[in-house]
Amino acid sequence: MRRKQHIAAYVFVLPFVVVFLSMLVVPLAYSGYLSLFQVRLVGGQVFSGLANYAQAATDPAFLQGLVRMAVFLLVQTPIMLGLALFFALALDSSRARGAGVLRLLFFVPYAVPAVVATLMWGYLYGRDFGPIDQVVTAVGLPAPELLAPGRILGSMMNIVTWEFVGYNMIIMYAALRSVPTELYEAAELDGASQWRIAWNIKIPSISSAIMLTVVFSVIGIFQLFNEPSLLKSVAPNAISSSYTPNYYAYNLAFVNQDVNYAAAIAFTLGFVIMVLSYAVQLRTTRRREVTS
Amino acid sequence: MLLWLCALYFVAPLVWLLIASTKDNDDLFSTFGYAFGHFNLLENLRGVFTLQGGIFLRWVANTVLYAGVGAVGATLISTMAGYALAKYDFPGSKVLFSATLGAIMIPLTALAIPTYLLFSQVGLTNTPLAVILPSLVSPFGVYLVRVYAVDAVPDSLLEAARVDGGGEFRIFWQVSLRLLMPAVLTVLLFALVATWNNYFLPLIMLSSSDLYPLTVGLAQWQSTSTTGGGGAQALFPLVITGSVVSVLPIVAAFLYLQRYWQSGLATGGVKE
Repeated sequence: MRRKQHIAAYVFVLPFVVVFLSMLVVPLAYSGYLSLFQVRLVGGQVFSGLANYAQAATDPAFLQGLVRMAVFLLVQTPIMLGLALFFALALDSSRARGAGVLRLLFFVPYAVPAVVATLMWGYLYGRDFGPIDQVVTAVGLPAPELLAPGRILGSMMNIVTWEFVGYNMIIMYAALRSVPTELYEAAELDGASQWRIAWNIKIPSISSAIMLTVVFSVIGIFQLFNEPSLLKSVAPNAISSSYTPNYYAYNLAFVNQDVNYAAAIAFTLGFVIMVLSYAVQLRTTRRREVTS
Repeated sequence: MLLWLCALYFVAPLVWLLIASTKDNDDLFSTFGYAFGHFNLLENLRGVFTLQGGIFLRWVANTVLYAGVGAVGATLISTMAGYALAKYDFPGSKVLFSATLGAIMIPLTALAIPTYLLFSQVGLTNTPLAVILPSLVSPFGVYLVRVYAVDAVPDSLLEAARVDGGGEFRIFWQVSLRLLMPAVLTVLLFALVATWNNYFLPLIMLSSSDLYPLTVGLAQWQSTSTTGGGGAQALFPLVITGSVVSVLPIVAAFLYLQRYWQSGLATGGVKE
């Protein structure tokens, strides 16, 4: 009987194990292997140990991309998650009329492909027929030049914020819905304000959902690719081939044909992301242990 | 009231896109973004579907194929695995679950180049499989179903079904799957969005435009409309109208299935 169940369980997990190994483990192992080689003019492909990683660690193009993403993370994530939390709390206290419609309106951008979102915002920012430019110049102000080199990072932050506020809001909102109302009914009767209830009761009880959104943001931002690669066609001077680390890895592999170094960059990037997301989780769990 | 103002930020760009899709190239440049011009939507649509020998329709079909097979496959695979991890205590289940949790942290795009390098070794690049196979892995889907199944499928029910002589697979298909539906639909919907909207993977895997999905095709039109001179400019309305067409099905799917994915997501966000 027990044996029969074990066999059934193995049959259930078998397809997943197969795709997990072949589409995740093997590619990673293969490119880990590739990253240990270099192509030399004399001798062709030769084993070079960690030379590609040493090169990555001192490659200004890669490091600048990483720093740019760190800036992106520190500026954009608090804004995006702050907005998401504010909307989730506002909809949860259900004072707003038509909360269901609002929730969907906030969420719709998530369903829009990043390609379409970026093309659309590229047009909205642009000087040819973008309405932002039309309004600003109509009232006599200088053109905002949202695709200029100094502004493009901010413009990109806006695109990502627009795309993902709703998604993060839904995760937080779902968590808020499962907070038992007894926890704050008494406080409400005592006349505590909604802000105090949110700050002292609701936000602490959904901290694990908030942590999840932070981790997803770290993962998403460090692998930004669609936005820089598509904005490049409308803002060619503002975006370099190494604007984000992932875009850099792509250009190394497909434009420079240097797959060994591209594999090393992709690996290093993945490692940075994993370290950061574990750090975020560790920090939140430790804080929770202190407070409880 | 404030919230409705905020909602404008999310909706206004899409409204602009809709209005722009009704204009011809001249009106696009000469009229205000939120004003209507001469109503040209039908001509734009005709242009989208006839340009380059009607290749847009091919892209639609490709997208449906990649997203359909990829998402249904990923959902089936992760549902079975998540269910087994939640309801069977078998040797190796703990290791598998930790590996799955670890894999959620692996950035999928950072994985795309390694996968490409491997696929080019075995000659899989520039085939539909190159886009479909990698999208079959969904560690987050496994996690979500596993968390959901723990409570949604009571052990006592499984025992009763076994006493009645049901085989493990029949129980899964006829009893458990129905109870798991909210989680299954959530995984399906998010897998559908992920594959429908995927750009990076098909971009690097596919080289012939006959195999492109909508995202890569639209991006290609966009780059010819901005860099090419002369007659290429007339492509702007087509890129815009094509974008509208490619967004509609997925937005419709979300609206239609909202009851399910909202409750399904609740499970993933709340529990550890």
